[in-house]
Amino acid sequence: MSWLTKTLSSSIGKKVLMSLTGLFLCTFLVVHLSGNLQLFYKDGGYAFNTYAVFMTTFPLIKVISYGNYFFILFHAFWGLYLEYQNRKARSVRYAVVRNSSSWSSRNMAILGTVLLVYIVVHMGDFWYKYHNEPLPYVQYRENVVTGERMFAEMPSSYKQDVKKVEISDLESGTHLVIVKDLYKEVSVAFQNPLLVLLYIIGMLAVGFHLYHGFQSAFQTLGWNHPKYTPLVRGISTWIFAILIPIGFAAMPIFFYVKHLMGN
Amino acid sequence: MSKKLDAKIPESTLSEKWTKYRSTVPLVNPANKRSIEIIVVGTGLAGASAAATLAELGYKVKAFCFQDSPRRAHSIAAQGGINAAKNYQNDGDSVYRLFYDTIKGGDYRAREANVHRLAEVSGNIIDQCVAQGVPFAREYGGLLSNRSFGGTQVQRTFYAAGQTGQQLLLGAYSGLERQVGIGTVTMYSRHEMLEVVVIDGKARGIIARNLITGEIERHFGHAVLLCTGGYGNVFYLSTNAMGSNVTAAWKAHKQGAFFGNPCFTQIHPTCIPVSGDHQSKLTLMSESLRNDGRIWVPKQKDDKRAANDIPEAERDYYLERRYPAFGNLVPRDIASRAAKERCDAGYGVGTSKMAVYLDYASAIDRYGKIEANKNGMHNPSHEEIITMGKAVVKEKYGNLFDMYKQITGEDPYEVPMRIYPAVHYTMGGLWVDYNLMTTVPGLYALGEANFSDHGANRLGASALMQGLADGYFVIPYTIGSYLSGEIRTKAIPTDHPAFVEAENKVKERINTFLTIKGKQSPESFHKRLGKIMWEKCGMARNEQGLKEAIEEIRALKKEFWSDLRVMGDADEFNPELDKAGRVADFIELGELMCMDALNRNESCGGHFREEYQTEEGEALRDDENYMYVAAWEYEGDSQWVLNKEPLVYENIKIAQRSYK
Amino acid sequence: MSEGNMNLTLKVWRQKNAKVNGNLETYQVAGISEDMSFLEMFDVLNERLVSEGKEPIAFDHDCREGICGMCSMYINGRPHGPLEAVTTCQLHMRSFKDGDTIVVEPWRATAFPVIKDLVVDRTAFDRIIASGGYISVNTGNAQDGNSLPIPKEEADKAFAAAACIGCGACVAACKNASAMLFVSAKVSQLALLPQGQPEREERAIKMVAQMDAEGFGNCTNTGACAIECPKEISLENIARLNREFLSSSIASTVA
Repeated sequence: MSWLTKTLSSSIGKKVLMSLTGLFLCTFLVVHLSGNLQLFYKDGGYAFNTYAVFMTTFPLIKVISYGNYFFILFHAFWGLYLEYQNRKARSVRYAVVRNSSSWSSRNMAILGTVLLVYIVVHMGDFWYKYHNEPLPYVQYRENVVTGERMFAEMPSSYKQDVKKVEISDLESGTHLVIVKDLYKEVSVAFQNPLLVLLYIIGMLAVGFHLYHGFQSAFQTLGWNHPKYTPLVRGISTWIFAILIPIGFAAMPIFFYVKHLMGN
Repeated sequence: MSKKLDAKIPESTLSEKWTKYRSTVPLVNPANKRSIEIIVVGTGLAGASAAATLAELGYKVKAFCFQDSPRRAHSIAAQGGINAAKNYQNDGDSVYRLFYDTIKGGDYRAREANVHRLAEVSGNIIDQCVAQGVPFAREYGGLLSNRSFGGTQVQRTFYAAGQTGQQLLLGAYSGLERQVGIGTVTMYSRHEMLEVVVIDGKARGIIARNLITGEIERHFGHAVLLCTGGYGNVFYLSTNAMGSNVTAAWKAHKQGAFFGNPCFTQIHPTCIPVSGDHQSKLTLMSESLRNDGRIWVPKQKDDKRAANDIPEAERDYYLERRYPAFGNLVPRDIASRAAKERCDAGYGVGTSKMAVYLDYASAIDRYGKIEANKNGMHNPSHEEIITMGKAVVKEKYGNLFDMYKQITGEDPYEVPMRIYPAVHYTMGGLWVDYNLMTTVPGLYALGEANFSDHGANRLGASALMQGLADGYFVIPYTIGSYLSGEIRTKAIPTDHPAFVEAENKVKERINTFLTIKGKQSPESFHKRLGKIMWEKCGMARNEQGLKEAIEEIRALKKEFWSDLRVMGDADEFNPELDKAGRVADFIELGELMCMDALNRNESCGGHFREEYQTEEGEALRDDENYMYVAAWEYEGDSQWVLNKEPLVYENIKIAQRSYK
Repeated sequence: MSEGNMNLTLKVWRQKNAKVNGNLETYQVAGISEDMSFLEMFDVLNERLVSEGKEPIAFDHDCREGICGMCSMYINGRPHGPLEAVTTCQLHMRSFKDGDTIVVEPWRATAFPVIKDLVVDRTAFDRIIASGGYISVNTGNAQDGNSLPIPKEEADKAFAAAACIGCGACVAACKNASAMLFVSAKVSQLALLPQGQPEREERAIKMVAQMDAEGFGNCTNTGACAIECPKEISLENIARLNREFLSSSIASTVA
């Protein structure tokens, strides 16, 4: 075995792979959330829909997103494999266990599995449909002088070969953008209370998973320092376990409430 | 000197004996070492250090311990420290002073040459341990720290908080495991030595029982080293570990190794008192606590007030009163006897009235004031002083205070600790010559298992020193004088009739234990033996009591062999069976201890015969008639012959020991 | 011979040897004093079992003062019982109430097979130390002890790590039966001291390899080990082990 496979196949090496992929996914979550916050703009989905185009066409982002898919799968299945190994290390279980560790830390595999299910549903809902199904198009007409932007759904028969059609008409002073209306898809999807519930459960799982996961990744990499570890723990709790899941969960709730209020 | 006893002390001036001998002792060349096998029984400080060092030299070593790991040997429990004549504190220490203190502390009953050698190598031990990564306490400048122990007026004790024994043992253990990893030592844990195999008058191996499977195994060795510790558990209650036993040494004794000064027992003054009949062992509070704690009892007999309600004027700080020069730091035997004297006279405290106070109030106050000065506080309140003082005491002795609280349920920061003496160490042991060889050629005894260095009383922090001295720096040299004559001896196959016979003897004995099928457990016999020993051969002894004890022990032995009940089988993990064998040997040893105590018509060190004391109640030695090592030779059931090794003091002026 | 007035129900794991299955058996003990240690309560029970002609319960114990690391009971779901920073032998009955039911099991880990009842085989720890938990210094090689000043803070940290008694409570407490706290304590002690530097890289790699070979689980940083450790060995040591291992594996020139 080479030094690298030897290192990565050791118990610490295996954990380092979890740690690094986990931290990557944490970074992804931050980016994903900040992008998706555009759902809250009252712009008929312009920002969000053009952002979706950017994310699916810009080459560097594309490469990273394929990496992301791979890391999600790797993190999930590698984690399950480690869980299997860990269970094997105690072949006879205790009759009585009184735990002194946090609930999150003991249930990373279960939380992770919930997350995996969630991710499959989530990707099926939006990613798959965006890439493979004929979503309706929406057209944004912007008055370049006043900055006013109007939007209108395109007829359902409308199709275009590129993700985004942009036409600038200098004479009339308008700027026309036609893109797939993922925003609509999102707002319609979240009219389903069951889906909203699933998303909330998914975000709870994210919160608990990252409450332990984020700071644990630092410990695995050996980054435990009396001065900085409290900061890492703070970030783990306040940002990754609370703020980010709330931010994500706000979206389905927002659209559902909006739907209930008749908009 | 008895014809049978040749101590083989090299001819030379005291300070040159070891250096010269070391340079002239015959050697075994490296190639021959590889074919010489050495058995080491016991893996405490002496055993682990000897096994590791001999393996480093190239010998093939087999090491045995009854615990599940060599790291658990009872050396691990030593708290306070290890002495060495480094004179790092520049307070007048030297090899000679350590030598002198040890001889005097032992009440002039130890061999000069051995003790001087011990003092000479003491410094090397510290160096070796530091190199191994033993985390000794250090000063802010990064250099090693020292503290005081009883019976000395210099600071020569090196320590690692209250866990010095643990850290030293883990150092020796890591050295041992390193050799196990290399393959030069084969480790047999959970194995108990049950017989020494003697062929043509030389020790050639052992019979051991695998404590997991019950299998009886034969092991050959060109030499056998017993590093099996002391026999304090003969008293049932002692500070020894539950498993500590005399069995290996006792088997050796019955195979011809003389037993030296068996009655020399150390009773440690500061232990947590017995709380009830259920008590299975006693816990030591380190002697280092006497650095700062003050020992007292009420001046009024049978005083029922709580300790804190007794005003200063009504307290009797009896050690400071009787021994102003050393105060609370008198040697252990003296401190113990003084506590017993006060309790017997009716001044004891606690529910049992068999305890004295070890008080930290004045130390807390003193340290608090020092801290206040350090922090520039000019008018600190009493509360502030106490709080700061407690913090200092906590840093120095926190783990001991916690332990006390855990065991007694009382908080020693608030109320004085109750302490009482308890059996702690045995100075007696297998008689050995200067080479550490017993009277059986090829059979050695190291550490507490031998009798050699502490005379009638051991000074604090000297047991660790002796164990490591024997293992690291003595045996690796002295064993050459025997093994150099054994290089032509091929490994003896273990189907040799002597091995077969020894194994059969062991099996027969085990079978007897299991087939008596009486009513009483080994534990209950042990308890009864302990009671006899403590009452009649304990801190104070007298002729009548010892005679009674001998009769009682003989009766107990009879009862043991007719009414013992051992559950379980021989071919399985069976702690009851292990215990039965150990108790059987303790009973025989107990008898010999009483005989030795009866024979020694004087008081010296830990051996206090009530008939022999000064008017002030101090031990009264009889140098004219008893300045010898009593080496007992086993002649058969309850029969021993006394051999005497006269002690010659050429370098020390013997005097009555005074700590006033 | 009752000394106290506590009555307890014990459920104790009984297993004849490694080859057969075991089960929890129930015993009633009466007249227990709160000054008894937990193991003394077992002594009382065993005496009674012997007098009834039954096999006493096998359990490991030796020094009974919390330092040898031999005692090892998993009491009511926690290694060494309900208190923190205390070994089973230092646990006293005053920590329980009259009428309590106490479940006592052996350490459970594939790497610590049961020998009998509550006794397990912890020789895996010895093999880990033998793989590299030492400083290679032959007797007699050492220089003067004070020739190598060590900052007090580093020495204290090394001491705190060296306080490990090798009892295995960390493995017993860990949901993955991981031995990381034990290994990290030794690696840390030696990595913090100047004497440990020459073999520093090799040591971390070898000890981790042996730990893995023994079949302990992987560390998932739950922290249960450090909470249950009777000697309060800190989790910082595990981080240090990770660091030592990774820098030795990746950054060093050691093959």
